[in-house]
Amino acid sequence: MTAQTMFDKIWRSHEVVPETADTPAVLYIDLHLTHEVTTPQAFAVLRAANLRVRRPERTIGTLDHSSPTEADQVFGRKPIAIKSAGLQMAQFERNCREFGVELLDMKHADRGIVHVIGPELGLTQPGSTIVCGDSHTSTHGAFGALAFGIGTTEVGHVLATQCLLQRKPRAVAVNVKGRLPAAVGAKDLILAIIGKIGIGAGTGCVFEYRGEAVRGLSMEERMTVCNMSIEAGARAGMIAPDETTFDYLVGRPRSVQGAAWERAVDHWRTIPSDAGACFEREIDIDAAVLEPMISYGTNPGMVVPVNGRIPADGDAVFRRALDYMGFAPGEALKDKPVDVVFVGSCTNGRISDLRSAASVMKGKRVATGVRMLVVPGSQSVKRLAEAEGLDRIFTAAGAEWRESGCSMCIGMNGDTVAHGKYAVSTSNRNFEGRQGAGSRTLLASPATAAAAAIRGRVTDPRDLLT
Amino acid sequence: MQALRLIRSRTVVLPASNIDTDQIVPARFLTTTTRAGLGATALFADWRFDAAGEPRANFVLNQSAAAGCRILVAGHNFGCGSSREHAPWALVDYGFQAIVSTQIADIFRSNALKNGLVPVVLGPEAHAWLIAHPGAEVTVDVEHRTLTLPDGRAIEFPLEGFSRHCLLHGVDELGFLLAQSDRIADFERGRT
Repeated sequence: MTAQTMFDKIWRSHEVVPETADTPAVLYIDLHLTHEVTTPQAFAVLRAANLRVRRPERTIGTLDHSSPTEADQVFGRKPIAIKSAGLQMAQFERNCREFGVELLDMKHADRGIVHVIGPELGLTQPGSTIVCGDSHTSTHGAFGALAFGIGTTEVGHVLATQCLLQRKPRAVAVNVKGRLPAAVGAKDLILAIIGKIGIGAGTGCVFEYRGEAVRGLSMEERMTVCNMSIEAGARAGMIAPDETTFDYLVGRPRSVQGAAWERAVDHWRTIPSDAGACFEREIDIDAAVLEPMISYGTNPGMVVPVNGRIPADGDAVFRRALDYMGFAPGEALKDKPVDVVFVGSCTNGRISDLRSAASVMKGKRVATGVRMLVVPGSQSVKRLAEAEGLDRIFTAAGAEWRESGCSMCIGMNGDTVAHGKYAVSTSNRNFEGRQGAGSRTLLASPATAAAAAIRGRVTDPRDLLT
Repeated sequence: MQALRLIRSRTVVLPASNIDTDQIVPARFLTTTTRAGLGATALFADWRFDAAGEPRANFVLNQSAAAGCRILVAGHNFGCGSSREHAPWALVDYGFQAIVSTQIADIFRSNALKNGLVPVVLGPEAHAWLIAHPGAEVTVDVEHRTLTLPDGRAIEFPLEGFSRHCLLHGVDELGFLLAQSDRIADFERGRT
């Protein structure tokens, strides 16, 4: 039999109807993650057509995108400040109730960012198909799942039929050789990859990240890498499941339990790409030479090492980006002043990210004039961080410690960066206005963000860790 | 979805590459629970309007030549970024029926096709001509998968058969999927 990629295997095992020249495949979806922002119009379609949710047990809802992170609003002691967001949250609660979808509501102990809670609860399983009305659904591919973002019409399709009509994308291997140097993390790796190949390179493709450096990553680091696959244009990113994956999943509340566990692991061991499986293209990158990375422009491919310089010249996109950012060609980024620091998001809001930021900040103060927001990716991450005393490191430094949510990654929930201000952010997008109209975002790792908060300037985190 | 066969229109040109969905519809407009009304307020909001909400005179959609145009020609990699379907909703609500670029991001493309917005991907030569000639009168022919330039040259663009069928006949994909429910049930039984 022909050697298959992991992507091929998962795709084929979920074909209800294979694709033909004339029609796309009908692809079965194992897990549908939903949230308040990209679902209301889909539920409205079901309601108008008198349809029900075909598999409510394969669907789960959480509130994260437009939901506030301020405790008084989260726990109902104050009204939701953004009225339309409050109405949207209420609409989602009503939709979940009426259609029998489980909702982790604002007061639920398991609530959090959709791509943080899926893995954390053990819902994310190797070999499965996972979708959500959110482009960062690629995160779940870290477990050897086929996971991708969909639009609201497709959310309706999955709610009503548990299936999607899909054309098969092409598989691309991203081979990462060597090992990451100390204090260089998963965020630096994925920013370097996007910087190398560009933000449109993955269009029509699914990435499989492979190689020594990838094998050496923890599950949370793998999620950070897969999360930003979409920033290179790839709908999905995947990493073969291995002992690291199984160790992470074992005993999680909604993972496979008991006698079924061993059977599941036996199956999961068959999922990785076969030796000799053919990829449409292979991309090679050397982890050993990487440094902490930071973005200087208005898309996630515009990155340089934190000690590096902005390129001396470029195209119209480059010139427009520098004009927006208020930077000059050829400038060093190090020591650029910073107004806001954000640690959080589905990219870097997990416990290891908070530990990394805390290790830089312990016993230090956020620089005068800098606002720092630390937002755990879920309520579970929040409790764990508090049990470890990380919250006290952040608050003693002068940072704000919030309830979980998407927060400043997406300026639609009250947490925003003001016009013209510079934010070093652990999130995933530095598009114009992404963190609020006129905001200027520099993407970086949690360690680099924390170092910027302490110095009030763009800083190599290794300077503070020695 | 309305059936769509021929689009004859002058073009509006936004030459920038990598126009992301945060530019097409900034996130603060995503707290809506309907799909209507995004064209007037949300579409390209931060490019169209200043902080006081006044139209920026130098933005192409605020110029009289843009009125009534149904074809938007944009730079490479249009629609990258988030999965928000609000982006095609806003473009369609504004009056656009086709987007022309050299590359269109996957999720945006998928969303566009479900809303009667034709994604037209052209080679660099024809695209460069269109970028250089804003307001050109062109025809997008869904049936023949061509864009015809003012000089009469018909340039083919890729559009797979099923999407073409759905656009031409205004077919809603949900109906097609619902018609598969027996096979979906068979698949579910076969797995357990």
